[in-house]
Amino acid sequence: MPSRHRSPESLLPLPSATLHILLAVAAEDRHGYAIIQDVAARTNGELKLSAGTLYRSIQRMLEQGLIVETQERPAPELDDARRRYYRITPFGGEVARAEARRLTQLVRMARDRGFVEGRA
Amino acid sequence: MRLYKLLLHFYPASFRAEYGDEMCAIWVRRRRDASGPMAAAALWAATLCEVPLNAAAVHGDILRQDLRYTARTLARSPGFALTAILVLALGVGANTAAFSVTDFVLIRPLPFAEPDRLLKLWQRQPGYSRMELSPPNYRDWKRMSQSFQGIGAFWDVSVNLVGQGEPERLDAASVTADLFPLLGVHPLLGRLFTAEEDREGAAGTLLLSHQLWRTLFGGDASVIGRRVNLDNEPYTVIGVMPPDFHFPTHTAELWTPMRFTEQSFQDRDNNYLEVVARLKPGVSLTQARAEMNVVAGQLERQYPKEDKQVGANVIRLRDEMSQQSRLLLIALSAAAGCVLLIACANLANLLLARALARRKELAVRAAMGAGRERLVRQMVTESLVLAALGGALGVLVAFAAVPLLAKLVPSSLPIAEAPTVDFRVLVFAALISGLTGIGFGVVPALRACRSDLSALREGTRTGGGRKERLRSALVIAEVMVSVVLLVSAGLLMRAMWRVQATDPGFRPEGVLTLQTALPTPKYDSTERRAQFYDRVLSGAAALPGVSSAAYITSLPMVWGGGIWAVVLQGETQERTASHTASMRFVTPGFFATMGIPLHRGRDVNETDTLDAPFVAVVSESFVRRYWPDQNPLGRHFQFAFHDRMVAGVVGDVRVRGLERPSEPQVYLPYRQVQDGWVTGYLPKHLVVRAAGDPQRLLPAIRRIVRGADTEQPISDVRMMTDIIAETTASRRAQVRVLGAFAALAFLLAGVGIHGLLSFAVSRRTQEIGVRIALGARPGQIVKMIARQGAALAAAGVLPGAVLAYAAARAIEALLAGVEPGDPLTFTSAMGLCLAMTVLGSFLPALRAVRIDPITAIRSE
Repeated sequence: MPSRHRSPESLLPLPSATLHILLAVAAEDRHGYAIIQDVAARTNGELKLSAGTLYRSIQRMLEQGLIVETQERPAPELDDARRRYYRITPFGGEVARAEARRLTQLVRMARDRGFVEGRA
Repeated sequence: MRLYKLLLHFYPASFRAEYGDEMCAIWVRRRRDASGPMAAAALWAATLCEVPLNAAAVHGDILRQDLRYTARTLARSPGFALTAILVLALGVGANTAAFSVTDFVLIRPLPFAEPDRLLKLWQRQPGYSRMELSPPNYRDWKRMSQSFQGIGAFWDVSVNLVGQGEPERLDAASVTADLFPLLGVHPLLGRLFTAEEDREGAAGTLLLSHQLWRTLFGGDASVIGRRVNLDNEPYTVIGVMPPDFHFPTHTAELWTPMRFTEQSFQDRDNNYLEVVARLKPGVSLTQARAEMNVVAGQLERQYPKEDKQVGANVIRLRDEMSQQSRLLLIALSAAAGCVLLIACANLANLLLARALARRKELAVRAAMGAGRERLVRQMVTESLVLAALGGALGVLVAFAAVPLLAKLVPSSLPIAEAPTVDFRVLVFAALISGLTGIGFGVVPALRACRSDLSALREGTRTGGGRKERLRSALVIAEVMVSVVLLVSAGLLMRAMWRVQATDPGFRPEGVLTLQTALPTPKYDSTERRAQFYDRVLSGAAALPGVSSAAYITSLPMVWGGGIWAVVLQGETQERTASHTASMRFVTPGFFATMGIPLHRGRDVNETDTLDAPFVAVVSESFVRRYWPDQNPLGRHFQFAFHDRMVAGVVGDVRVRGLERPSEPQVYLPYRQVQDGWVTGYLPKHLVVRAAGDPQRLLPAIRRIVRGADTEQPISDVRMMTDIIAETTASRRAQVRVLGAFAALAFLLAGVGIHGLLSFAVSRRTQEIGVRIALGARPGQIVKMIARQGAALAAAGVLPGAVLAYAAARAIEALLAGVEPGDPLTFTSAMGLCLAMTVLGSFLPALRAVRIDPITAIRSE
């Protein structure tokens, strides 16, 4: 049940796993394990999503309409029938941007109080 | 891998089906990446922690989603939601209220340490299974028995408390010093009695109940050591008992030590002690009973005259209530269970109907990929939400109902007057709500979800014969149960009417009663008492509207004791039930004031003094027993240490209440009591007969009593009619409660029938439309619907009547002689149920007749 009439802001703040998954599927469609690997690579191994966390998030994101399961599959020699591929939706993009804006503002406020070292 | 798959079962099935394979694949790669035993162990540890937590979170997601969905669907059909919640609230409320009383009286342990080992010891003798002990027997039983860790005694007294504001009359208990330690209770403030304080001649000490401490002493902790006057003797407050301590019953407000005198142990026939014992660890009740029988047998041999046929009756303290009270509570719980059953049947019917109506929606959802487990789970969530709402409302119903049930708590137990709705009760309510929700949500859900995509093809004519049969069976069960409840309530109502119609033997209307218990030794002298009575009675008689006033030892129905042996000249003294009578001292004019008819001879009068011959006025049953068909006047008998001559004969009075047989009555002149003798029998109840409302006289009577003795408290001001009403109060409560349950069941069953027939009509709209189009007359259509209703009713009423007869036999002891198969009650109850069916089918039939054949046929 994707919610079509919700504003992106109503989902904020996003759980960090959700934002990371959105970032992972932003550039290309990815399957579950690829998402885990991408997140781990971008965070230098700091964040290793477990399968449970991943699919719980995915289920919720599907319901919220942030991502969709795509029917397009890669070349058969690279594919595994069990895998499902996920793609970010335009709504998902909006939500990711809104979350980024929120975080930027937060960082700006923290800098004004001197909590952030150096300049951006 | 296999273990991981097993772990995945923490997740909801739908989630597992969706993502299980991929999760396994990921886990396999992870496992491959983890090189070395340490890394593998770490992976396992992390997985074992992570899976249950994540699974719980997924369950939470689904629950939130289902709750949102439920809120939406219920809001869309508020009529259904409201009906279901109300039906549940009534069922849960009735059961919660009934449970709170039953638990309070029958289940929960008494508020003492190791209450299972506490016993009550009674003397058993011909005619009496529970006779109090005399002090010498008490002393001997205590000395000769080995089964008990301790034995203590008490007796109920009432005292005048002076020195704390207005003089007050209080219920109290005189206890031996070893009684409270034996119960295992500790004082809230101060200490318990010592053995020294429980000796002849010891200074007076007392313990206050929490209630009295709060009301009379304002909860002042410095009350310990305070001096007060009880019956004109000085006493010192040594302690305050905790709030939940009620002993021997909830009316006791203070306790004093027994302080036996040497003289107390002289008379083996002076039975007034109630005895409590605690079993030694490891000794069984049966062993204690056997030992006490031996002890009683030894005493009988030792005192062949006084202890003739005196045995021991040993029971658990818990069982110190009448069989009727117990039966009543069991009946109450059963009736509440019946109400719940009907509520559940109704709810199941509602849910079944709803599930049928939603078949299409469910089929669509299934077609869109929702698994069966998901749909069932959704529907069970829905019924649980209904159950929770209904249960919460039901607890409110119970809160309101429990005070109404307080009258069903027997007054003979050492527990508070009324139960409260506490944690146990709330857990019970939650439990039955939950079980109802699950039990009656799962079946319709499973049935609805078994239907596959065929629902989409079938069109509007949904529902199959099997579901119809199930729903009919539920309605038939409802009718059955309501017949049972209606019959039970009806029988109890008839029993109450019968009891209330019993002639008490006097005319209670217009009689005001109150108590002025004269304390001794202040009023030890007969002359001094006579002065007091004279001033009060002449003052009261002079008040406007008063026709007469008198004093008696104790009013009928207030006290049933004072039973003495009757010995005719030439017989040996033998104290058996068939040769006893109740003894009361009265002032002249008592019979006229109470409206007790004087059949022969004369009333007692002022010339019946200690110097004159001892006379008695006896009741008719006394004459029937000893001198049938003879003139009793002038005959003599031995009674309470004296030879008495019959001076008059009056009508019999129901001394022990309307429902119990009473011993014959002997009334003695108030002036023929020697100084310092039988202080418990001094006349203390004033009765005043007046025209109009006698209560208006009360201020004047208070002034008169104060004029006679400023320290004399007045208590128990009541109308005689209220005293009689009180004896039937628990019956009225029974009838009210069972009547309410029956009405509820009746209503719910009616709703059930109506619902089922309405549904049937809407399902057969097309068929009925065709019939009308083919020329069926409205009468035929009505007959068709009515026949269906009548079949349901007949199928329920007949087996219901059989069950009702069984139930009536079970509660026969409560029926005061009304036949369990009372035809009037049965026909009324069955007639009511049939009438209900007719009413229930009326609206659906009307709707059927109004069906427009053209629209009905076109709608397909």
